[in-house]
Amino acid sequence: MNANSASRKLLSLICLIGGAVMLVVSLVMDFSGSGTSYRGALLVIGLVALLVGLYLFPTLKYHRRIIYIIFLVPLLFTFVVTVIIPLCLGIFYSFTDWTGIQYTQFVGFGNYISMFQDPQFIWSILMTFVFVVVNMILVNLIAFLLALLCTNGIKGDGFFRAAYFLPNLIGGIVLGYIWQFVFNNVLINLTKTSLLVQTKSAMLAIVVVYIWQYAGYIMLIYITGLTQVPKDVLEAAQIDGANATQTLFQVKIPMIASTFTICTFLTLTSAFKQFDVNLALTGGTGSAMFMGKYLTSGTQMLALNIYNTAVSKNNYALGQAKAVLFFIILACVSLIQVRVSNSREVEL
Amino acid sequence: MVGQERRTRSYILTIVGIVIAAYILFPFYLVVMNSFKVQADIVASPIAVKGASFGQFITNLKAVINNSNFNFWRALFSSVVITVISLALLALFGSMAGWVISRNNKTKWATAIYMVFIASMIIPFQVVMLPLVSTFRDAGNFVGVPMLSTIPGIIFAYCGFGGAMTVFILTGFIKGVPYDLEEAAAIDGCTPEGTFFRIILPLLAPVITTVTILNGMWIWNDYLLPSMLLGLNGKYKTLPVAVQAFVGSYVKQWDLILTAALLAIIPMIIVFLIGQKQIMNGMIEGAVKG
Repeated sequence: MNANSASRKLLSLICLIGGAVMLVVSLVMDFSGSGTSYRGALLVIGLVALLVGLYLFPTLKYHRRIIYIIFLVPLLFTFVVTVIIPLCLGIFYSFTDWTGIQYTQFVGFGNYISMFQDPQFIWSILMTFVFVVVNMILVNLIAFLLALLCTNGIKGDGFFRAAYFLPNLIGGIVLGYIWQFVFNNVLINLTKTSLLVQTKSAMLAIVVVYIWQYAGYIMLIYITGLTQVPKDVLEAAQIDGANATQTLFQVKIPMIASTFTICTFLTLTSAFKQFDVNLALTGGTGSAMFMGKYLTSGTQMLALNIYNTAVSKNNYALGQAKAVLFFIILACVSLIQVRVSNSREVEL
Repeated sequence: MVGQERRTRSYILTIVGIVIAAYILFPFYLVVMNSFKVQADIVASPIAVKGASFGQFITNLKAVINNSNFNFWRALFSSVVITVISLALLALFGSMAGWVISRNNKTKWATAIYMVFIASMIIPFQVVMLPLVSTFRDAGNFVGVPMLSTIPGIIFAYCGFGGAMTVFILTGFIKGVPYDLEEAAAIDGCTPEGTFFRIILPLLAPVITTVTILNGMWIWNDYLLPSMLLGLNGKYKTLPVAVQAFVGSYVKQWDLILTAALLAIIPMIIVFLIGQKQIMNGMIEGAVKG
């Protein structure tokens, strides 16, 4: 169809006017509060008609610009509605007495102050940091050893890679219940009492499950790094008389420093956000004495604490304030990551 | 002699590898084995083959599939529909937006949009989940399009959440596609949209595969977002939500829980067996680029 054909002009005009009319009518219905059920459909059809009308608009000069707008609109619209607006509202709500539906007054930093007076929350932060650090070290260490194993002339390494990666395919909820079975019904024959009963051993159990799930994935990234070390460099090391250990520590590891940065931050952020396994494996239970108070949620980490505060205890404003703090910590970690990887790049 | 030594070392490493693989695969063995048993046999001897029978597996399967909290076929259907449509829309909208951004990367507005997308990648779901539910509820009531507990609503949310990472990876790739191709097409009389759909989009196939794998692993296994937007007792449940709702109602019925776990695992394992290489490469590329 020619850009200036009469039928195209007509169609564009119909779509534009029709879309605008439908939009206005549905918006009038929205604001006047008439609850007709088809007003939503009218709104959607109106929007689509407007975009079609815009697309068919008889212009050559602005056609490219119109296409750019139409191409950007779907993703930007969903992004703004699901991320930007809730984020702004969330930060705003954290300063009010929001109930999940409405708010009546500002409380200033009240939510932020009261969450630091709660021993349970501080305990959750401590547990999360312990978990993140232990996990980061162990996952990277084990994943790196597995990567060495898989790149050292082992037979059938394709099978081993796939087998080690397999747990990563399965969601944390299902994994958590499978391991709950393992700890409570299988390993109990060795340990007498289930590991999940005591807080300390239950934290250990979460670490074990998390390594089991995540090490295979991190291993794949290390394997990629190791196989990208140039062959001639390794040959040069061999000619210079370096043995396997020396090659590993003085050639390979320094050469994949950027891979270590990637994996460190990947394990760090994912362990920090850990929720599914925590929920399914222990549900946050476990007793602990802390700051002179008896806690019943010893293995509850930050993400689960936020969820429970809001959803189970129905304290939305407090939960939201905790979530904002969670966001700030994660943002700091990400900034440090950008700094570290940038300084590395300059060095190379 | 050196060859001999190397061979012994290779054998030892292979044995170590097999032991680790056995440890990693052991829980899967337990799930499969115990879904063939009755509860009493599971508790008495969880590792043994004793007591396993095919008839019992069928009984367990029937009990789980017909369970009103689990509703396997319905959950599988919801999961498949939500994942497939979200992935298709993310790939399409993501490459459209990525193309516009990378072709205007010298303008301020495109750079600003790109920066906002990148910055938003550090936002954890927890900080937006509570206001998201209220926004969806209020917006849905206001305009008359129900957004909570509906499949279109959750697909909309996944498009918004996956958008940043998708655009980031796609824009990086499209920047490497030579602009000459588009100029040649324009001279031949091709419209901008025609150029995109006929020339650019087919070239994006490898990177769209990567993005789809990354988003697919996330959306299929995601628990928090569907549990907030669909609800544990809602009309539609994805598989992880259904498993959670099911276990919540049968605390220690391991025969049923493990059968449910088996059913929830199987689709992903089948997909993995088919596209093993692509999935593993996609996950690596995503980590290295993200």
